[in-house]
Amino acid sequence: MTPRSREEIRQAIVDALGGIAPEIDPGSIAADLPLREQIDMDSFDFLNLIIRVHEILGIDIPEQDYAKLVTLNGAVEYLARRCAAQQ
Amino acid sequence: MEAGTLVEWLVRPGDEVKRGQVVAVVETQKGAVDVEIWETGTVDQILVESGRKVPVGELLALLRTAGEPVAGAQDISGLQEAAGVEAASVLSGASPSRAGIPPVSRISPVRPRVSPSARKLAEELGVEIASLSVAETGAEISRADIERAAQAAMKAQPAIQPASSDWQSQMRKAIAAAMARSKREIPHYYLATDIDMSAVSAWLSSENLKRNVTRRLLPVIPCMKALALALREVPELNGFWIDGAFRSSAAVHLGMAISMRGGGLVAPAIHDADKKSLDQLMADLRDLITRVRGGRLRSSEMNDPTVTFTNLGEQGVDGVFGVIYPPQVAIIGLGKTSEKPWVDQGAVVARKVATATLAADHRASDGHSGGLFLATLGKLLQEPERLR
Repeated sequence: MTPRSREEIRQAIVDALGGIAPEIDPGSIAADLPLREQIDMDSFDFLNLIIRVHEILGIDIPEQDYAKLVTLNGAVEYLARRCAAQQ
Repeated sequence: MEAGTLVEWLVRPGDEVKRGQVVAVVETQKGAVDVEIWETGTVDQILVESGRKVPVGELLALLRTAGEPVAGAQDISGLQEAAGVEAASVLSGASPSRAGIPPVSRISPVRPRVSPSARKLAEELGVEIASLSVAETGAEISRADIERAAQAAMKAQPAIQPASSDWQSQMRKAIAAAMARSKREIPHYYLATDIDMSAVSAWLSSENLKRNVTRRLLPVIPCMKALALALREVPELNGFWIDGAFRSSAAVHLGMAISMRGGGLVAPAIHDADKKSLDQLMADLRDLITRVRGGRLRSSEMNDPTVTFTNLGEQGVDGVFGVIYPPQVAIIGLGKTSEKPWVDQGAVVARKVATATLAADHRASDGHSGGLFLATLGKLLQEPERLR
């Protein structure tokens, strides 16, 4: 597993979001506000986001950690920790 | 609910077709709908060329069944039905610019997929989707492809005025018509009950813990199964009110209210939901939502839900009292699951609770049956391990 920079992780999440909600402008996402308040996502979209991130980063995100992925910044921090732990 | 535009034929005269095969694509304001055929045989004659707007019930083609001589070709009754029913029957959002869609013979066998957003953009910019080749766009036509095509067209012919799109307003009209008819004709009664969701939530968490992320179940899945099973116990909620009488349905085809990106909603069916495993229901729901948002539904899914389920709890509402989609006779709602004080054997405890609601047609059932249904649903959700 190659180490991932925070920037790579952020890009992976933004790419995954683009696949779910093609109408969003990635630059307009406020990193500290809940994603689901900014992007029209339901639980199905959110599960697809988790699956997509899993495919890109190879990190399995257990359901009880979903709450840690509420904001973009929160998701980057969480995934960076998980990536580091897998080294 | 009056017409749709035949966008594309997927068969031509002489082709063998099987029951259930997708034979044509009809554009409605709910997006493109695949039209299935309900007979097995040979296509004898195509009566409606692609690009034409057709009213509900229009004969689309003639089919020859096995052993039948060419001269005795019969109407494709299934096709007639398929094109004529509610889904394909919604008013078409077609603009005059669609009229030039090339005939079947020129359509490549590899059909690119078009997202609803790209399709909408194409209408706005006046780009003929059928004119784009797979070589240019790949298997999926994106907004970028449409923009490129529009720019190329602008350069070639700067005088072209883009056709304005009214797809969204057409869909709004279809929803308005169905809902107004419902409130005009159907004497709704409404029931609500709080259901203890602790058992099913705990069971689902432990189940999902064992599963890889790609195989996880959404919380709505066990609820779908439970309500499909509960409907078997109370058949007067499952079926249609047609010509002044209730016709119950032996099959439970669960119409799932799915919102569309950019507004509007559809409620296509998950067929035989009572007989499917939770994994199968998840696979079916995934497939259905993906196709709703990717712009490809089958006519049978749009036409034959026997009841509707709306899960507005996602948006954080406690309960939803739905408007029945005619000619169905019931709509079941589920609000959000949240922790609430609950009295259990004399003690107040914190439990995960959700409000289940029922709006039902009083011509077809009474409150007593409705209450029985909600009680059965609540009971089934207490034993999630049995919902297999």
